[in-house]
Amino acid sequence: MQRHLISAADLSRDDAVLILDTAEEMARVADRPIKKLPTLRGRTVVNLFFEDSTRTRISFEAAEKRLSADVINFTAKGSSVSKGESLKDTAQTLEAMGVDAVVIRHGASGAPYRLANSGWIDAAVINAGDGTHQHPTQALLDAFTMRRRLVGRDAGLGQDLSGRRVTVVGDVLHSRVARSNVDLLHTLGAEVTLVAPPTLLPVGVESWPCEVSYDLDVTLPKSDAVMMLRVQRERMNAAFFPTEREYSRRYGLDSDRMARMPEHALVMHPGPMVRGMEITAQVADSERCTAVEQVTNGVSIRMAVLYLLLGGNETALTARTTEEK
Amino acid sequence: MSKILIRGAKVLGGEPQDVLIDGETIAEVGTGLDAEGAEVVEADGKVLLPGLVDLHTHLREPGREDSETVLTGTRAAASGGYTAVFAMANTFPVADTAGVVEQVWRLGREHGYCDVRPVGAVTVGLEGRKLAELGAMHESAAGVTVFSDDGKCVDDAVIMRRALEYVKAFGGVVAQHAQEPRLTEGAQMNEGVVSAELGLGGWPAVAEESVIARDVLLADHVGSRVHICHLSTAGSVEIVRWAKSRGIRVTAEVTPHHLLLTDELVRTYNPVYKVNPPLRTERDVHALREALADGTIDIVATDHAPHPHEDKDCEWAAAAMGMVGLETALSVVQETMVDTGLLDWAGVADRMSFQPARIGQATGHGRPVSAGEPANLTLVDTAYRGQVDPAGFASRSRNTPYEGRELPGRVTHTWLRGKATLVDGKLT
Repeated sequence: MQRHLISAADLSRDDAVLILDTAEEMARVADRPIKKLPTLRGRTVVNLFFEDSTRTRISFEAAEKRLSADVINFTAKGSSVSKGESLKDTAQTLEAMGVDAVVIRHGASGAPYRLANSGWIDAAVINAGDGTHQHPTQALLDAFTMRRRLVGRDAGLGQDLSGRRVTVVGDVLHSRVARSNVDLLHTLGAEVTLVAPPTLLPVGVESWPCEVSYDLDVTLPKSDAVMMLRVQRERMNAAFFPTEREYSRRYGLDSDRMARMPEHALVMHPGPMVRGMEITAQVADSERCTAVEQVTNGVSIRMAVLYLLLGGNETALTARTTEEK
Repeated sequence: MSKILIRGAKVLGGEPQDVLIDGETIAEVGTGLDAEGAEVVEADGKVLLPGLVDLHTHLREPGREDSETVLTGTRAAASGGYTAVFAMANTFPVADTAGVVEQVWRLGREHGYCDVRPVGAVTVGLEGRKLAELGAMHESAAGVTVFSDDGKCVDDAVIMRRALEYVKAFGGVVAQHAQEPRLTEGAQMNEGVVSAELGLGGWPAVAEESVIARDVLLADHVGSRVHICHLSTAGSVEIVRWAKSRGIRVTAEVTPHHLLLTDELVRTYNPVYKVNPPLRTERDVHALREALADGTIDIVATDHAPHPHEDKDCEWAAAAMGMVGLETALSVVQETMVDTGLLDWAGVADRMSFQPARIGQATGHGRPVSAGEPANLTLVDTAYRGQVDPAGFASRSRNTPYEGRELPGRVTHTWLRGKATLVDGKLT
């Protein structure tokens, strides 16, 4: 494992499988009457959120607390950032208070990379979503959910997603979830197809390790999992598509379309869902939709990442202590 | 006035010769010239070029003296071998009146490191709506001949047409920063494979090319000449090549960084590589080099754009666009054009002195190295190789993309009308 988690593309197949396996162990903790491990006792993690994201922040906070870390929450609103303080100064201020890890969510692509690689701070950096770049823990929890459902909770241990066909539908252009998923699923051996109107696919997508299609109906019968991405209504105003209604008709997932999927296939959504836009209420609330399960799995994945980066990796830990001397 | 004898210099890269400067002019060029009464500079086979002329410099004064001043910028220019620079108009206040351009021009004269030729804004406040008083700026002491809204594109076709027409009355030229604004909203880097991965807003090549295409057609229609700033794509090269073949009066510049660097460097998210127009692809770099070699692109211009440290020591999206370039330009041109065999030193003199002086009408600059000409000269140690160390820059800013990179060539001497501004690599 590396010292930081910045991009899903940085993970090797073995790293990724190790995180998924560790997350299964963490999930068992959640089944106990006392859902807590002493692993990170005495260590401090700051959740540094420059963008509103209640879900991700709470998920990380739950993971940190279950590992007994001391947790500091920092949101940019009302802070010195709004008074013009730079990312560098904010990070250095926090580190001066003795922080071991920084979980960062930032609107600017590359901000976590800069934080980890500019010599500004020594703490481990975990990317909780940066701009339209990456959201690696989201991709990990999605892969975890797929492995559990498609391979099996116990049968899945040590396994990747070889040969599974995953379709990602929606606003790929603005989606860090899509980028992270394409990278990680490819590493894990899955075959990914992106489906979107051409306006919502980036120029350069042809170099990604996946297929691209404009036709959802053709792709659905060949999918083991279909991941619906949120499509913001504002995109309509920038002419990415004509109307909400047309978007839903061509790229939304409704019951009729869901019926075209194989029996075993999952419907996934990273949330928050825009019901009536990319997904109908019937599909969102169906048995096949794993949206709520993904949230639960998110906590296990984030526990696993924190554990492996901060506590569970003896060699990394030793290296760090030596550096400090 | 004093005499200086430059002994054994390869004039424009040719056979070693002696060059005698008497006062402000070159007195004699030949072999075995008499050194009597002259201070001797042993050139030892270094290359002697006409003083370089930069058609595209940001001196930042007035308004952003924290990043550069006319003094520090012209000292940087002298260090890089320049004897004349054209100072862009995007200052605070904008150089859109005779008063502002005269102030910049006068500061350059007072400091005496290199001639400063102010560029006037095309439109009031660079806002693209109302023509600035172009004639008044031309008639001022600054004698403005080049007009540009650089940093912003004159995107309104009617305003561009009128500007092209209007400056014909006094032989001016409009230098266009070609960037279609709607196609580049939120643009952070070249749009392509790398931007798709990095999730940074794309600056598509077509946003540059479409404006160049329109402007060469406009220039043709109204019979004006137009200059294209910092051309950066292979497609732009094709359009300019086509326009020239049709006899359209278009000239174009390329920056040193677009001749060397590609958007792959953006993977580091280090804003030192953030520049406008953005770094493009390997294919574009090769097309630009070839175009500069065959004359499709007329000149190298630095787009020297100083920024304070804090504007680069941050996340990519928050960082300012631009790189300093005056002190590394000749080295980058040697690396990319001379050492690759694409251009000889006579070609470098043409692209970095003769042609820019011609386009900008910088009288007394870009002249041949021969008797009777103004002694604006640059001596270059072309055998030198060394790492770029920003700590040694004369510029007030350090935002260079070449820190630690090994580059060839070093300017050792610069003379402005016979007065040394740089001696043995040290400013006078």
